Amino acid sequence: MGMTIGEKIIARAAGVDFVKPNDIHTVTLDRMMSNDGTTHLTVDMYHNKLKHPRIADPQKVVFIMDHNVPADSAKTAAAHRKMRDFARENNIKLYEGQGVCHQIMMEDYVCPGELIFGADSHTTTYGALGAFGTGVGCTDFLYAMVTGKSWVMVPETIRFNLHGKLREGVYPRDLILTIIGDIGANGANYKIMEFAGDGEHAMSINDRFVLCNLTVEAGAKAGICEPDEKVAEYCREHGREAVHMFKSDEDAVYAAVYDYDLDKIEPVCVRPDFVDNFALLSEVKKEKVSIDEAFVGSCNNGRIDEMRQAAAVLKGRKVSPKVRMLIAPASQAVYLQALEEGLITIFMEAGAMVMNTNCSVCWGACQGVIGENEVLITTGTRNFKGRSGAPSSKVYMANAAVCAASAVAGYICGPEDL
Amino acid sequence: MSSKVWKFHNDVDTDQIIASQYLLLPTVEEMSQYTFESLDPSFAKKAQAGDIVVAAENFGCGSSREQAPSVLKALGIKAVIAKSFARIFYRNAINIGLPVIVCKDLYENVEDGGSADLDLTEGTVTVDGNVFTCTKLPAYMQNILNQGGLIASLNKEEV
Repeated sequence: MGMTIGEKIIARAAGVDFVKPNDIHTVTLDRMMSNDGTTHLTVDMYHNKLKHPRIADPQKVVFIMDHNVPADSAKTAAAHRKMRDFARENNIKLYEGQGVCHQIMMEDYVCPGELIFGADSHTTTYGALGAFGTGVGCTDFLYAMVTGKSWVMVPETIRFNLHGKLREGVYPRDLILTIIGDIGANGANYKIMEFAGDGEHAMSINDRFVLCNLTVEAGAKAGICEPDEKVAEYCREHGREAVHMFKSDEDAVYAAVYDYDLDKIEPVCVRPDFVDNFALLSEVKKEKVSIDEAFVGSCNNGRIDEMRQAAAVLKGRKVSPKVRMLIAPASQAVYLQALEEGLITIFMEAGAMVMNTNCSVCWGACQGVIGENEVLITTGTRNFKGRSGAPSSKVYMANAAVCAASAVAGYICGPEDL
Repeated sequence: MSSKVWKFHNDVDTDQIIASQYLLLPTVEEMSQYTFESLDPSFAKKAQAGDIVVAAENFGCGSSREQAPSVLKALGIKAVIAKSFARIFYRNAINIGLPVIVCKDLYENVEDGGSADLDLTEGTVTVDGNVFTCTKLPAYMQNILNQGGLIASLNKEEV
């Protein structure tokens, strides 16, 4: 019996030749990431709960402040101080305000074949480079940081064969939201979502980020794209070498196999309050849903591609006076490139607010929070009840071009409707 | 001993269990005052130690915030019993020593505000004399739970 990509990565991390679903293995982690959403609790536990506090290898640990950056209150500042001091005392690399954690990890660290724990659910993003990234809580993170190891139960794998190309005006975000709508919010619970096929290989690395990032919204433990020469090139460009480019064996066993023709995918507009509350934009726009705020950014959709998609719509247009539009590039590198390409000028001339690089509206506790009964259209990761503000507020999810077009119109629509 | 049941629906996500704006409060005890705020603002005041949370499918979906199982534990919730759990919540709960129990048949047979008798050792729940059998945890995970969570088990290994 052969193995899938995810199984091969776990086997490598466990130091064994073969693993199969439902086995439990002790693994050595290649890297661990924690952000300011939970690190203050991890630090408290480190000091108060451990019999022998230590860090197995500080070189493998990365701390990134991105959720409440810059601090919005004295309480946040205290939590940040705790994280900052701990990083300095223990020689842990700390990023503060340089980008959303997953974007930084992709730019600076992730290599194919690695097993990475991140104290954030969207750690699944790392599969875009052929790595196994999975989200954990702070106790798991602490154990991993202290021992350098953890335990994993080998998940089953679901294979998604992607064929052809997305049509113009349709983006990877539409594809993954379609898939989540099809299989449901727990359709891949405890499982790996593996993407392959000519449609996957035709996608840029940025596009694969978008796919793998949202796999956790179907419950997946990891989302992994079959790595290829584009992954090796991305690694080289970012000063790293791609060593373990695993592919699934011909006789690998899957829990299910799905085929998607990419040219059949249409723009999506997910309705509140569940990510699998799928609807086509063509249906939702008939309702002329009035919006109060639009957001482009997040670990799902804050890269240069999405900045370009939003700018193409906003160029020469104005955001509706009744709408706040917030744009947060996912990293300083993205921000600088957007500046060089003149996109920031387009955003500002259109009347959008360009924010510092951070989780922003998608985190719903720092900037751009929406009030009672307000409606947001977002490129963020979730639309749960109250996710971006008041419990009575509503969040719709769409691609960056649709969010920008809706900001101009004041109601949900596509660029073709302006 | 009989426990009061708090019943929730499908896909209760971690933002409903504890919303983002409370996650950076200094302690879990402070956060716990806002547990399930968007679904039932008075939950934290009404819930008593020993109560049980019962839910349908995919309980705890969404973020990896360990604060979600932690606030339930801080309020003294004895266990969460659901038809299924989202994986990060499930793992976090075991790691902090909060029993999370899969029971397919309980949900339809217990009312919100009703009572149920959970026998953690036997892995059964009894409602009005009807006994429901729960799915057993793999031994590895049961062992973590028995020791009071992952950090407690680590400390025990390091005599």
